[in-house]
Amino acid sequence: MPKVAIVGVGQSAFVRSYPGSIREMVFDGFQEALTDAGMSAADIGASVVCSAPEYDKQRSPSGVFAEYLGLNPQPTVYVETLCSSGSTGVRLAYSLVASGLHDAVAVLGFQKMSEISSAETQERMGRGGDIQWESPFGTMMPAYYAMFARAHMDAFGTTPEDLAEIRVKASTYGQLNEKAVYRKAVTADMFADPEHRMAGTVASPLRVGDCCANADGSSCIIVASEEKADALARKPIWILGTGAASASVNLAGRDLFSGLSVAREAARQAYQMAGIGPDDVDVAEVHDCFTIAEMMAYEDLGFAEPGSGKDLIRGKETYKEGRIPVNVDGGLLSKGHPIGATGGSQIRTIVMQLRGEAGEIQVQHPSIGLVHNIGGVGLYGNVTILGR
Amino acid sequence: MATKKDVDDRFKKFGTVSFTAISKTNDFIDYLEQGKVMGTRCGACGKSFFPPRSNCYRCLDNPMEWFEVSGNGTLVTYSRLQFAPIGFEADLPYAIALLDYGDYKVFGRISSEIPEEELSIGMPMRTRVNELPNGQLNYVFEKSDS
Ligand SMILES: [Zn+2]
Repeated sequence: MPKVAIVGVGQSAFVRSYPGSIREMVFDGFQEALTDAGMSAADIGASVVCSAPEYDKQRSPSGVFAEYLGLNPQPTVYVETLCSSGSTGVRLAYSLVASGLHDAVAVLGFQKMSEISSAETQERMGRGGDIQWESPFGTMMPAYYAMFARAHMDAFGTTPEDLAEIRVKASTYGQLNEKAVYRKAVTADMFADPEHRMAGTVASPLRVGDCCANADGSSCIIVASEEKADALARKPIWILGTGAASASVNLAGRDLFSGLSVAREAARQAYQMAGIGPDDVDVAEVHDCFTIAEMMAYEDLGFAEPGSGKDLIRGKETYKEGRIPVNVDGGLLSKGHPIGATGGSQIRTIVMQLRGEAGEIQVQHPSIGLVHNIGGVGLYGNVTILGR
Repeated sequence: MATKKDVDDRFKKFGTVSFTAISKTNDFIDYLEQGKVMGTRCGACGKSFFPPRSNCYRCLDNPMEWFEVSGNGTLVTYSRLQFAPIGFEADLPYAIALLDYGDYKVFGRISSEIPEEELSIGMPMRTRVNELPNGQLNYVFEKSDS
């Protein structure tokens, strides 16, 4: 297989309500990535646009963006796997480049969630479940993940306090991330105070503080061939492994409730392709849409044995100075989760870490990084492994 | 020729708000009206499906037979919601859950008569048809000894 590189990364600030249209928001991430790569729009052979279409007023946004970004007459295509759309876009770009069809592909992720109300957002997210057989019971994303939290607690003795510590870690780094939507400190005391907003139950056992916020934002990852990458001034980051998987949308079709089978399968594929194991990973970004999702990711990715994820957070092993730093950019919990932009933002963080350009959140000399990006409640799973 | 009123949209009666009107499994609703929660079983390979489906992906054929979800399942996991999506606010608070029947699992709601403190993973529960205040039909899980 030919080598495939990431040569440019960018993202807009993730904000509560973006003061512009979707094409303008996507421009922000694209401009940053193109400048980062030292390329111009004419160097881009094709674009892949990633979002969850139920939030979009614009039908078929890829055509609109291609024109606005100066990417005509190059081809463009839209991909969707709910919250993991961005990683799916990078996987597709990988194949377009590895096949020799294109030598540089821009992966554009975006979501403008602020155009609809929070209740409408929850309803749309819930419809990412099985609308025929589950949604009529009144399902929501937090409740689905809460069912996994309950099962994890029952099986392994994981506690609400352990989950709170994941949010505390996220806020430690979110405060340093000027592109994060939530930049305030979160402490364990807040969860312990029943009167505090963070401690309010959303869907038992998950509380407000266990959930990430909606946000508007865009991201852009430029994927290129080895030849193209070598011609650029900046040292490329290589895609060493990519894994992807799917599972039953209805929970009745699942067998695992203390982890996500798609994450385990995608990780297995990605590790095998990269020829590495979990112990070789120096820094990771995982899909912490809820605190329990990060806890399960520790175990599904092999950073801890099933049931031992709580020991990682209790020992602060996933902090910047720990054995396996996870989400040291604040994660989805602090950055916010603009669905289609999330995967690209995670990849951007790992690329900056591997380049040694992560500033205050820089992990010591990482050579291999991993991105775990999940769509729905483990409906789609993507794991991408990057290296210097 | 079919006229508009011949449209078989029985499925819109499922749950507080149904997002589906027409399905080849529409007989599920008739069974609910008879007090029965039914799954389907492939007549060729014998695989049991819940939720019911009209096609077997293993046999690529549809000789489906209905069977009744009866007896005890065990509670796999659950969550009690304090917020609801649009259209479900009047039902709050309610708990969603999953029961394991061995050959298949059932996703649904816990009976509103059971307080959360009385729930525990692994407890035996059974599935019962439930009429909602708005006249719609769903099914709920109740303690198997009640
Ligand atoms: Zn069959």
